[in-house]
Amino acid sequence: MAQAAAVAEPPAPPRRRRASATPRRLPYLLIAPAALLMLGFIAYPVLSVFYYSLQNYNPTKPWRNGFAGFGNFTQIFAHDPQFWDTLTFSAKWVVVEVGLQLLLGLALALIVNQTFVGRALGRALVFSPWAVSGVLTSAIWVLLYNSQTGITRYLADAGLGSYGTSWLSDTSTVFPAAVVADLWRGVPFFAILILADLQSVSKDLYEAAEVDGASRIKQFWHITLPHLKDAIVLSTLLRAVWEFNNVDLLYTLTGGGPAGETTTLPLYIANTSVDAHNFGYASALTTVAFVILLFCSIVYLRLSKFGGESK
Amino acid sequence: MITEIAPAEDERVAPEPALPRKRRRAWDEVPRWQIYVPLSIYLLFTLIPFYWILLFALRPAGSTSLVPWPMTFEHFQKVWTERSFGTYFTNSVYVGLATLVLTTVVALAGGYALARFDFRIKRGFMLALLCSQFVPGALLLVPLFQIFAKLSMINSLASVVIAETVFQLPLSMILISGFIRNVPYSLEEAAWVDGCNRMTAFRIVVLPLLRPGLIAVGSFAFVHAWNHFLFALMFLSDQSKQTIPVGLNTLMSADSVDLGALAAGGIIAAVPVVIVFAFIQKWLITGFSAGAVKG
Repeated sequence: MAQAAAVAEPPAPPRRRRASATPRRLPYLLIAPAALLMLGFIAYPVLSVFYYSLQNYNPTKPWRNGFAGFGNFTQIFAHDPQFWDTLTFSAKWVVVEVGLQLLLGLALALIVNQTFVGRALGRALVFSPWAVSGVLTSAIWVLLYNSQTGITRYLADAGLGSYGTSWLSDTSTVFPAAVVADLWRGVPFFAILILADLQSVSKDLYEAAEVDGASRIKQFWHITLPHLKDAIVLSTLLRAVWEFNNVDLLYTLTGGGPAGETTTLPLYIANTSVDAHNFGYASALTTVAFVILLFCSIVYLRLSKFGGESK
Repeated sequence: MITEIAPAEDERVAPEPALPRKRRRAWDEVPRWQIYVPLSIYLLFTLIPFYWILLFALRPAGSTSLVPWPMTFEHFQKVWTERSFGTYFTNSVYVGLATLVLTTVVALAGGYALARFDFRIKRGFMLALLCSQFVPGALLLVPLFQIFAKLSMINSLASVVIAETVFQLPLSMILISGFIRNVPYSLEEAAWVDGCNRMTAFRIVVLPLLRPGLIAVGSFAFVHAWNHFLFALMFLSDQSKQTIPVGLNTLMSADSVDLGALAAGGIIAAVPVVIVFAFIQKWLITGFSAGAVKG
């Protein structure tokens, strides 16, 4: 990198006075630690995943290891119903989660953006689940959904719902149950991002709208929402990728069950590599997931115009 | 003396309460019930799970009371000693703090370069930062495991610290460079004119202004490292090296789940991050609006 720096004549005009003690290499030195860490622990692993995706690689079955060509990929697309099931579930999970988080998060942000008595405490309380981990979220909701001692039992005792069902082990209830658990933690984060952007809406706009006699709904529609557009686009896409990638919650809440009902693609990959030791196949699955995510990232870059004419 | 001052103060203060009322705009005049009713409903949704876990942690095993009374701390005692949550706690604190320091320092250096210089690979680097957001950590478990095995770092907390840091860096760097851009460059230049070198100017002029942003970024890294589960689960085989989320998972996947222990462990897991969060909540909101959304 230092070489590249020496060769490259910086195209930037000397628009800033340089401190005399500043060597031209300084920016490269400054980003070097971050760049090296990311090269070693993100870029290299990504490349090795691509490499293994073309291999049969299973440490427990060494006699079958070797170059596989596109065999893994043919297997995935043509002969692996589980891939399509988990991909479909991932899509469903992401759409439902992000959609609900956006709606609830927006509503929550609009509410706590108002001035009212007890606002600071209210904000701290409703945002607090954000700080809680996926595993802890699972632990809490396992307690709540437990058929013997959970809230379900008390609801049943009160005549609501049937006694003794554990919502997480029933295929008909597990999806909404898992969605609600994840919403509990996800909505606050969305709300924080949107609230951050709400703070920067100019109050003058509302005053002007007020003078013109615009109703509150109209003000929201014509002032607030357009202002929030970028933040919503950005946080929705980031959130979608995070929800897609997140393994912690479902791994510990349902373990992908019952009967594979809540297995996302990353969870399937984790199971394939860690439990079944089928690293080659898992790598091919990872590659497919990565391409899907890359597609998302391109959409994201297009929509948010990041890195374009920024600055 | 006192009686003389008091009326003067009154005179000065008196007109103020009237002002906000007069200035109140309709957008700020949402009927109170439209705030309190939905907020209360949401608050219930937020707090019932917290209450539930507190209930299980504090009431004796086998009790079905909805009030944790008589209160007992047996679950905490048991989880802390018998279930090694004391050890997990120490390990988690180490991982959290080390990730915080490493992330903040590395991201601060990188963020400064991105905010203050134009250099050849800058755009490519920014793009790489963004793309790395789309690399799922869970999917890189196997190659990461192999790397750490080659470095003989398996079963050392350092492997988890590095993995957590790497995945925190992109966002932290983007946020920090946003904060630095908000500090006028002319302030630094003025310090150079006064004879500071770049480093001193940065330390004296920029760093103090960055404090809220750094606290937000650092706490964010801490909370993430504290909460994250998979890296610790995969890279640390020794039970004495495990972190709290792994401990919780062990409690959950046991054949007969000890709900009291699980709840107590959960509270031990939650307390540090909730405290951190209570402190940074305000900075986080301003931090995101300055660093991410505008950045």
